[in-house]
Amino acid sequence: MSTTHSDLVAKKPRRGLIAVLINLRESWVGMVGLAIILFWVAVALFAPIISPYDPLAIQTPFAKPGSPAPDGGVFWLGADHIGRDILSRIAWGSRTVLIYAPLATFCAYVVGIIMGLLAGYQRGWLDILLSRVGDIILSFPVLLLYIIAIQEFGRSNLNIVIAIVFGSAPGIMRIVRGLALDIREREYVAAAQVRGESNWYIMLTEILPNARGPLIVDACLRLGYVIITIGILGFLGLGLPPPDPEWGGMISETRAMAMIFPHMTLAPAIALSSLVLGFNLLADGLRETSLKD
Amino acid sequence: MLLFIFKRLLMMIMTMLVVSLILFLVMEINIESVAVKVLGQFSTEHQRQLWLENNGYFRPAYARYFEWLGNILQGSFGYSVVYKTEVGTLIWPRLKNTGILAGLTLLVVIPLSIILGVLAGMREGSYRDRSISIISILTASVPEFCSATLVAWILVFSFKLLPGTSSFISGFSWAEMVMPVLVLVLYDFGYITRMTRASMAEVMQSQYIRTAQLKGLPFRRVIFRHALRNALIAPFTVIMLQLPWLLSGVIVTEYFFAYKGIGTLLLEAALRQDVYLLEACTMFLVAVAVGTQAISDIGYMLLNPKIRFK
Amino acid sequence: MSQNPPLLEIENLHVSYWTRAAEVPAVIDFSLSINEGDTVGLVGESGCGKSTVAMAIMNYMGTNGSIKSGAIRLRGRDITQLNQNEMRILRGNEIAMIYQEPMASLNPAMTVAQQLMEVPIIHQGASSDQSRSASEQMLSDVHIPDPARIMASYPHQISGGQQQRVVIAMALLANPSLLLLDEPTTALDVTVEAGIVKLIREIADKYKMTQIYISHNLGLILQTCERVCVMYSGQAVEEGSISNLFSHPKHPYTHGLFNCIPLPQTDKNDAPLIPIPGQLPLPHERPTGCTYGPRCRAFKEVCGNQGVPYEHIEETDQHVRCRRWSEIKPGDLIPDKVPMENAQIGDIVLDTKNLSKHYEVEGTSRNFSTMLGFKETVALKANQELNLSARHGETLAIVGESGCGKSTFAKVLLGLETSTSGELTHDGAEIGTIGVRDRQQVQLAALQIVFQNPVDTLNPSHTVGAQVGRVLKKFGISHGKIDTRDKTLELLAKVKLPDEFYYRLPRQLSGGQKQRIGIARAFAGKPTLVVADEPVSALDVSVQAAITELLMEIQREYGTTLLLISHDLSVVRYLSDRVVVMYLGRIVESGSRNQIFEPPYHPYTEALLAAAPIADLRVKKRDIILEGTLPSPLDPPKGCPFTTRCPRRIGDICDTTPPEEQISVGGHRIACHIPLEELSQIDPVFAITE
Repeated sequence: MSTTHSDLVAKKPRRGLIAVLINLRESWVGMVGLAIILFWVAVALFAPIISPYDPLAIQTPFAKPGSPAPDGGVFWLGADHIGRDILSRIAWGSRTVLIYAPLATFCAYVVGIIMGLLAGYQRGWLDILLSRVGDIILSFPVLLLYIIAIQEFGRSNLNIVIAIVFGSAPGIMRIVRGLALDIREREYVAAAQVRGESNWYIMLTEILPNARGPLIVDACLRLGYVIITIGILGFLGLGLPPPDPEWGGMISETRAMAMIFPHMTLAPAIALSSLVLGFNLLADGLRETSLKD
Repeated sequence: MLLFIFKRLLMMIMTMLVVSLILFLVMEINIESVAVKVLGQFSTEHQRQLWLENNGYFRPAYARYFEWLGNILQGSFGYSVVYKTEVGTLIWPRLKNTGILAGLTLLVVIPLSIILGVLAGMREGSYRDRSISIISILTASVPEFCSATLVAWILVFSFKLLPGTSSFISGFSWAEMVMPVLVLVLYDFGYITRMTRASMAEVMQSQYIRTAQLKGLPFRRVIFRHALRNALIAPFTVIMLQLPWLLSGVIVTEYFFAYKGIGTLLLEAALRQDVYLLEACTMFLVAVAVGTQAISDIGYMLLNPKIRFK
Repeated sequence: MSQNPPLLEIENLHVSYWTRAAEVPAVIDFSLSINEGDTVGLVGESGCGKSTVAMAIMNYMGTNGSIKSGAIRLRGRDITQLNQNEMRILRGNEIAMIYQEPMASLNPAMTVAQQLMEVPIIHQGASSDQSRSASEQMLSDVHIPDPARIMASYPHQISGGQQQRVVIAMALLANPSLLLLDEPTTALDVTVEAGIVKLIREIADKYKMTQIYISHNLGLILQTCERVCVMYSGQAVEEGSISNLFSHPKHPYTHGLFNCIPLPQTDKNDAPLIPIPGQLPLPHERPTGCTYGPRCRAFKEVCGNQGVPYEHIEETDQHVRCRRWSEIKPGDLIPDKVPMENAQIGDIVLDTKNLSKHYEVEGTSRNFSTMLGFKETVALKANQELNLSARHGETLAIVGESGCGKSTFAKVLLGLETSTSGELTHDGAEIGTIGVRDRQQVQLAALQIVFQNPVDTLNPSHTVGAQVGRVLKKFGISHGKIDTRDKTLELLAKVKLPDEFYYRLPRQLSGGQKQRIGIARAFAGKPTLVVADEPVSALDVSVQAAITELLMEIQREYGTTLLLISHDLSVVRYLSDRVVVMYLGRIVESGSRNQIFEPPYHPYTEALLAAAPIADLRVKKRDIILEGTLPSPLDPPKGCPFTTRCPRRIGDICDTTPPEEQISVGGHRIACHIPLEELSQIDPVFAITE
């Protein structure tokens, strides 16, 4: 009984995010993914420093990669059909993607988790309603949803985020609902009920922390999808409004002349694919290590 | 069992009705904007009012909705503002083309991903498994418009093997189909392969497979007779549920290669604000998506003895 | 001594698993000789390696396990040296296996016929027709009624007992020389288990089958085997004939195991269970010297120096792995007993009158309105007209098999469900109709539960301290962080766990430790009534004893009424003061502990008592096997619920009229049409011979 608080604290096990990352060491696939993601995060953070030029500045059209620039520098990745430095546009474009994709995904998760917990734990008419609505939205080809929504309500950053939340939340809800249905049968949930804990306490404290594993993996995968979606919308001309450089938009703008100057479309294509690859590899690594627990 | 099928089809119809209602509300509740879209930005207020009057737009919304619904069900889809013809004449040939594209894609993807998935899951952790998994992740990270860029660069511009677009200017051409199908297959097979692999790996760990092995059955028999019929139930549903995704990919791919399918039609309609065309295209695509969901549920019920035989 | 030649000889077997971290030895220096026609039991707790031995015989240890050294000779031929193809020919043909969970062991996508017929077709080259008739014949040999219908069924369409019979039939079809049975009845109800055990005995006799019976239950071993081998932490520690080992165990561990089992002569006050101190060592942390040493009450220095050899004792044909077995007297192994006083039993705290609980479930009928999607509901009569009561400080046991409604009653009591009709009062207040949401804090704290499954009883994401502390805070027992922490540590000490467990996560705890926390959590709010739902069924035998004793101690200290729900009659006999027997939602018998275990019995109680395995040579049990399966609670019989399976059914009255409760002296109630005088004349189920 004379154990001091500090004695006890010394024996605390590692939990949470730190534990997850440390476990990840066991999967080289996951480590590679993480490395790619960190690379792009660094690019996004240091975009102003990395970019040799203003991404909107018009210089030498169709310059080939490695060719010299008017001010004596080099177009490392060449220039596009208007003459803007591609390297700078890629760097600044990474900012756009790495701000809006996580933002949209996070909002989708908040909505999806609340809906999923309510449907899976409290069941009843709420479950039936939410599940039906979710089913209807999910049976739409998602892109169709975005096209109609944006066409009707206009292109703006907010609209795109809302559309993505709308399109992603039902999928997240379905996953969370499934997990909640499973976890609510566990005895520790019954123990909490017998104590008279409130529904929200049980959902957020007893159920949600135990759904962490699959949700984290799903989050990585979903970030990948959202990045692709933003890219597609940009490609189709329905994405984030100009003039900020955006990878999907870069591909669609330069497509026509890609026959002669492929570097203009290849750079953004490879950039986007590599970022998505990073998230997919990370997701796989997390899934592998969580199984080993 | 028949009861289940009946209920499922009923749900499908209800979903379509709800979708049509939402679609109608989104697109046609604001009658002013409809008039602007049809008559163009430069029409006058007077022209719009006249047009709205003539086309019955001052009737209450529910009346317009039912009339529209009725028309759709009878095959009369309205008039395309952009193309200046009946929507019906535009849609059917496009649907056929998209059907060909999707059909060819599925014809390649389904056998490919199932075989790869089974091979990978059969021996989990082996080199074969790891390489198949890595390739699947890799290809599923490259969306269609990016892979199209890369594929086009290699096959069209570098090696000049294939034509750059797939517009069928001189009728149907296999060469023009290669790249769109290739791009779709590349993106789609990864996910299904991984799901099949997971299902197969799970089945191989199960106790009934242990029983089969300890019964002294040859390994081939264990795989083909005991494992597969359980392992392939999940991939079936996954394939069916992937169809909405496939349709999304189809839209982008058609656009990239200028393929005259319903995807490009839809995009044109969206970008050019062609109201009735957009409504019709949407309803068709949703019908396909919802229909495949229903087939998926019914198929799952038929395949899983635990549900089929109570 | 058996004159038969040995069929299987295992010599100095070492089996290890290779993980990325290190080699983990699972079986160490294991030797066993099995004569033809014998059934040998392999007994031990989880982690002792008994299942690994079976898998080693089959050479099927997964990708990271293998036989390190040693030999396994089947009729003289070392089968560890065979390649996979040769091994495959042996499997199912010479050596067949029967598994723990029959539902999971059968392929859900293949009919029973398909799975059975494969065996003769592959192993004996039989034609389709031949194998079909052989399979049907075998099904009737294992006493499955209506074999043709079962052949056409899928595994999920038949009951657990029938599934296991199918697995047995499948194993026997190739006429093997050796049958391995790995805990074949663990997943089954007691009365179904009795039928399977009888079948296994029959097979041994009829086919002169050599069998290895793996179990953790010494009572089952007694009923089925001729010889037995006890395993501890990967090693064989003792082996001998049933009569020798059960009457005079030589190894302290075997001795300790018997002291942990609630045998008929134990009594919670006068002759309590004696748990084995300490814990099973982790596979990579085995002590030098005798593996059991740290936990042995007769440990002396000589035991800890080097590994102990497996000695053969000529006179009694036994083996022992103990240096001091000849010196140890039974008295050395038992600590001094402190007899406990009888608990003070007070007034009635819990009372029910005609309590019923019906669930509304979807009906299966088909007519026009169901086609349209209107759901028809049918009542699932989970509890029907229950009348029972419990007193302050008393232990009341509710006994029954799956589907009898005991869990439902617990749910209604705790407020997780509300009653459909009847009264349920606790401390004078009606609570049956009041759900958990609407109950007072005081009521909630007063009624708590200890769960069955230690794995799920604690939230894996929160620390032990946080979970217990939450209860203390919620019920206002503690105020403020420091107070909560101190009181939590007090509770941890009460359940005999060290302070450092405060910050541990459940995954760092063993099953027994988790269950202790579960008990701490239940008693934190100082409850007046605790429901213990199969509190020890999922634990190892030695841990069961420790937890059972702990539960009793805490109950004594807090003066709590304990409602023990169990299917294990030995534990019930040991712990309870009064017993209630349930069948298909109704109470069929209730009375004091002694009244239940002696005649007059309700016929169901009689069958239940006959089915329970008892690990005592001196006890002779009558043989009663119930035919048929449990009726569906959606459509229970209109008369006595037990009428479909009752061996003493007297006629149509049992089908049509629910029996009245007959009350005999001392409040003993039996719901049966057979008059009490006749029931009192029945021979007792147990007889203890000296």
